Amino acid sequence: MGFGPHLLLATLEGLVTAAVLALTALGLSLVFGVMRIVNVAHGEFFMLGAVIAWGVASMVTGNPALGFVAALVVSPLVVGAVAFLSERLVLRRLDYNPESTIVATIGLLYLIQQAALTFYGPEARPVEAPFNLRIQFPWFGYSGYKLFVIIAAIVLLTIVWVVLTRTRIGLIMRATQIDREMARAFAIPVERVYAGVFALGAMLAAIAAVLIVPIQQAHYLMGLDPLLLSFIVVIIGGLGSLRGTLVAALIIGVSDGIIAMFFSPTLAKMIATAAVALVLVFRPQGLFGTASR
Amino acid sequence: MTKKSSIILPSTSISRRSALKGIAAAGTFAAAPGFVRYAQAQSSAPIKIGFQAHKTGIGAAYGRWYERTTTAAVKAINAAGGINGRPIEIITEDDGTDPKRGAEVVAKLATQHQCDVVYGTLFSHVVVASAPVAGELKIPYFVVSEGYHVASGKLNRYCFQPGITDVRSQVTAMAPWVSGNLGKKVTMIFPDYAFGHDHRDYFTPAIKAAGGEVIAQIPIPPTESSFTKYFPQIPAETEVLYHVMVGPAVLTFVKELGEFYGSNKPQLFGFIDSLEAVDINSPGLEFLDGSHFWEGCPRYTQANDSEAMKAYRAAVGIDDNGAAVGDPKDVSTAAHMFGCWETLYVIKQAMEAAGYQGPADRAKLVEATEAIQGFEEGPEHPQGDKVFDGKLHQVYGHQNISKVEGGKLKVVHRTEIKDGMYEAEGDYTQQAL
Repeated sequence: MGFGPHLLLATLEGLVTAAVLALTALGLSLVFGVMRIVNVAHGEFFMLGAVIAWGVASMVTGNPALGFVAALVVSPLVVGAVAFLSERLVLRRLDYNPESTIVATIGLLYLIQQAALTFYGPEARPVEAPFNLRIQFPWFGYSGYKLFVIIAAIVLLTIVWVVLTRTRIGLIMRATQIDREMARAFAIPVERVYAGVFALGAMLAAIAAVLIVPIQQAHYLMGLDPLLLSFIVVIIGGLGSLRGTLVAALIIGVSDGIIAMFFSPTLAKMIATAAVALVLVFRPQGLFGTASR
Repeated sequence: MTKKSSIILPSTSISRRSALKGIAAAGTFAAAPGFVRYAQAQSSAPIKIGFQAHKTGIGAAYGRWYERTTTAAVKAINAAGGINGRPIEIITEDDGTDPKRGAEVVAKLATQHQCDVVYGTLFSHVVVASAPVAGELKIPYFVVSEGYHVASGKLNRYCFQPGITDVRSQVTAMAPWVSGNLGKKVTMIFPDYAFGHDHRDYFTPAIKAAGGEVIAQIPIPPTESSFTKYFPQIPAETEVLYHVMVGPAVLTFVKELGEFYGSNKPQLFGFIDSLEAVDINSPGLEFLDGSHFWEGCPRYTQANDSEAMKAYRAAVGIDDNGAAVGDPKDVSTAAHMFGCWETLYVIKQAMEAAGYQGPADRAKLVEATEAIQGFEEGPEHPQGDKVFDGKLHQVYGHQNISKVEGGKLKVVHRTEIKDGMYEAEGDYTQQAL
């Protein structure tokens, strides 16, 4: 295979990674930006999304697209509800104290993971892709569904962007992010905003998981990788900066695809981690973050 | 009244308080676990087998089926009178498929639970980390792993693998068939750790000896979840793609391979490890139709199954498709888990030969195991007859090559035991006990 096709394949693979990563990391970034807490259980919401997608898809018979669409609707709702409950029952009682919430979300991570192992089991289970299309390039074949994932992610990210910048809900969220006390003074129900944002962050992870589950299978340990990569993306992009998150996801995803293919996957991970270290040293607020006041 | 009592009870007699103390002390002594066990050791106290199980972590699907097989085998052995008339008691500890925890589990089973032997480990990195502890504590350690670690001679005298053939023997036995029936130019894809390296190191010379050649070796990190990026490394002239993958991402591997190649694919030869506990009819696996797999023990019922095999499958609770009876989605790890059944019968055989009474007889048990020459096919060894090498502590059996046909795996070739023999690199019997 020549250099050109090789690069094309690497870029396509990188874009798929970037698409899913952007959605997942956006959820993490949103929660941090608005609530100022680090949600270590974010990867488990991702996993839960995939597991529930499998559950829903296996209950719906007939065309696999029906099961997939059902999963795309039900799974984020259920995961959002779980996140909402854990915010009400745990995080709020800790008064969103940064240290306590880290420990609490670590606990949440184990709870969700072990619950999945107990009720879902240790197997990796696939969800059928909504359509089976294989695109034959002159040099290699590629999954049509993967291209769909890239497009779907772009659409979803645009929707989130519009909601955040053009709607009243987005305005309230941004207001809470910028100044919690002032928002409260303007009668914004800050705690309800927090609960909503936490649920929304988890739902984004769940949507990403539903998109990925026809490519990778649902498995109870699948949450770790997205969590680590999301942290890398969010740190490089700037905690709380949505634009930064998207740019960083694109950089990490595509460079991971290309470096992994031309050199080695381990090198790709090393470079990503080194980038985090460099960003932390030279630009601690991230590429697009604003310095803390 | 008080005076009268003092006359009746002499002042030197035992007071009520001291009498109670004495009774309590005697009671404590009698109730002490050590005391009871010792008192019954000659008759009916259970033999305690510590089961190091992958209940969680990446080996959890295997662990679940290893546990079911173990339970079934123990039930059968106990129903038939146990070991030397004593029942087996299984004490399970989860090692999380983690090497560090594996070593701790062996120590815990040996010292805290006072097990007679430890048994049941699958993943090779856990075996390698746990073996030194077993050696230090001088507790026999029976693994069901298929890795080439016991047979390499690099572990210690207390480690045995008497229930399943090691990778080196497996690939040596199958290479001639691959070269003769599928193609000469082979590209290998394997996980980048000990288990994959065993395949790389022993299949490569074996295929060369059979007139073939490995033209590319592609190692993949064990945590990888996406594989398309590795496929451009497969040379175009590849005739046979040899794949052995483990972990939860294997389905992705096969699916992406299918998307990459379409119908214009090389011959595929894989280890069923790639698809243990996975339904061969899962969406995306249509690509495997017509490809070949190694199976230690066939997953699907075969036309020529022996009575022993049928009885074993019924006892473990798997149907004709190798899934749990009553739950077709709960697919077993049939190619490996028979090793648990057979290993427990080996422990029974060796303990009875050694006249095993308790932990003091562990050295005798090691020697009795080393004295075993082989096993006949039958209810205790349903997978087939085997040769046991007492110096290497490793067993050698028949291997199956199965073809995916109509959504099932059909055995198309069964190797001879001698096909998988190689020159020994160690001799554990030289080590002190």
